[in-house]
Amino acid sequence: MYVAVKGGEKAIDNAHKYLAEERRGATDVAELSLSQISEQLSHAVSRVMAEGSLYDKDLAALAIKQARGDLIEAIFLIRAYRTTLPRFGYSAPLDTSEMDLDRRISATFKDLPGGQVLGPTFDYTHRLLDFALAAEGLEPQKAEAAEAPLDEEVPRVLELLNAEGLIEQSAPADYDDTAPVGDLTREPLEFPADRDLRLQNLARGDEGFILALGYSTQRGYARNHAFVGEVRLGDVTVEVIPEELGFAIEIGDITITECETVNQFQGSKTAPAQFTRGYGLAFGHSERKVISMALVDRALRCHELGEDQVAPVQDDEFVLSHSDNIQATGFVEHIKLPHYVDFQSELELVRRLRRNAEDNIREAAE
Amino acid sequence: MSNSAAPSYNFAYLDEQTKRMIRRALLKAVAIPGYQVPFASREMPMPYGWGTGGIQVTAAVIGPDDCLKVIDQGSDDTTNAVSIRKFFAKVGDIETTEETERATVIQTRHRIPETELTEDQILVYQVPIPEPLRFLEPKETETRKMHALEEYGLMHVKLYEDISQHGEIATTYAYPVKVDGRYVMDPSPTPKFDNPKMNNMAALQLFGAGREKRIYAIPPYTEVVSLDFDDHPFSIQKWDEPCALCGTRDSFLDEVILDDQGGRMFVCSDSHHCAKRQAEGHRGALSADPALETEEVAP
Repeated sequence: MYVAVKGGEKAIDNAHKYLAEERRGATDVAELSLSQISEQLSHAVSRVMAEGSLYDKDLAALAIKQARGDLIEAIFLIRAYRTTLPRFGYSAPLDTSEMDLDRRISATFKDLPGGQVLGPTFDYTHRLLDFALAAEGLEPQKAEAAEAPLDEEVPRVLELLNAEGLIEQSAPADYDDTAPVGDLTREPLEFPADRDLRLQNLARGDEGFILALGYSTQRGYARNHAFVGEVRLGDVTVEVIPEELGFAIEIGDITITECETVNQFQGSKTAPAQFTRGYGLAFGHSERKVISMALVDRALRCHELGEDQVAPVQDDEFVLSHSDNIQATGFVEHIKLPHYVDFQSELELVRRLRRNAEDNIREAAE
Repeated sequence: MSNSAAPSYNFAYLDEQTKRMIRRALLKAVAIPGYQVPFASREMPMPYGWGTGGIQVTAAVIGPDDCLKVIDQGSDDTTNAVSIRKFFAKVGDIETTEETERATVIQTRHRIPETELTEDQILVYQVPIPEPLRFLEPKETETRKMHALEEYGLMHVKLYEDISQHGEIATTYAYPVKVDGRYVMDPSPTPKFDNPKMNNMAALQLFGAGREKRIYAIPPYTEVVSLDFDDHPFSIQKWDEPCALCGTRDSFLDEVILDDQGGRMFVCSDSHHCAKRQAEGHRGALSADPALETEEVAP
């Protein structure tokens, strides 16, 4: 006697309860609060906001808690929430030279207007486990404030080069800045994709994927040797211009990280040599992401700059179709769903092919 | 918005603007049978690969008077089918059923019901990769051109290579079809067993690929031909034995492993079809009720 398996609904309900229990962990350990996550796991929050495409530290912290620290799962929760929100307009372009800086470094000039500002960085920490941190309750040493405040306006390094004509313009001469900006969350991505959509895709793209692609350019797959013109981190004010008002109103401050690279120059007999650009920007403190993004952005500009497309990182269809970790994780993981029917079809075929082959071998032997 | 448990979501989850966008894509898809229409697929509260395309299509066509059936691998009780059915019950108070005949909208993954569908029904397929040419040419920019020029030689070469290597066409599911004499289409990963059911089906067939952002359709009574060669005609799977529960020889069978000694049985993949036949008194070799006569005995 055989009875077909039933009870999927009950199993699902129970699995969810078990999951909630596991998320909570041992109940004699204090529960994590959202403010603990947003204050003390701020890089995780930054990544969830950047790849979730939603600037909200509290929601990101909630998603991280709910996802038990699985950041891709947290990003997914944020994306699924974000898609239900109405979109009421575009902001005015951010002016990052007016950023309230926490950090600003340039790899191209020793000193420059606005100065080098190290800020809160892991860069020169020795990666030795700090066992003192394991003992809770220690207050960190206070950082000393600089003698003089930073300049209110700190010019971007690439614009200093631009003043001398040493680098290409940030937008081509025929660029229409009144043209609508693409939005891949509202229109299906089609190829070839313009730079606005490419940058939007990279900004939401998986940090690990973008990192690996950026790395591949450095190892010779479409090398475009990059200098970090600058990386800056800090707060900027977001403004919108409501149609009925006609002037800009501030809607809030956000923390962002921006990277501009100075890449291999181009030139010919008729056009004097000029450096080229790569650009990266992300919500929160996401330095690894924006540097990688700038490398990939530059590589994707190969057609516009007359370069041969020789590596995956230069192929917009390859890069943009595979950068989204929510799409990737869904499709990769879906192969754990039932495929009984297709597998049965293959079984039937392989058994038959083997039977036919064995018959043929036997006939040949007779 | 009749459900008090989820007052913040619109009927069937999607906002009306999004539904309108999807319906426009659906209308275009119905007008050009087999053509893949790009649409602005939304991020859904379940993962890509779990049927987000089918769910969006269902959400766009379903109304409060509809009755929904969801199957995965032919069965209503597969975990993801249960989950999708629950979702629509929650966000739309939509009546659900396991009875194929009673459903007005049937969402499916990997199967077409064994029961013949009618003009009053819509069959919604969940599609992972909508592009039948994808594994021959990965670039969308190229495959779109090939469809536009009706350049399907590559597909025939692939099928021919199968024959030269294996002696027959070695594609058993997602078997390519030509729709209305024009577009080559991926029927989604249904087994080729189901391909003949698509031809001249009375019901409207809609296909949604969420991650790939494509919708396509087959209007009722449209010709759907499985690609083949004159000397290697298309054929469907056959089993050596009947369903062990309902005794039928006409439905797609799943293999169930019973022990580690090579013991196995075959049962209908379409669980409703099988249950209905059993209720009608049909019996197989391993039926639950041994008091009744078995209709056919497994060899």
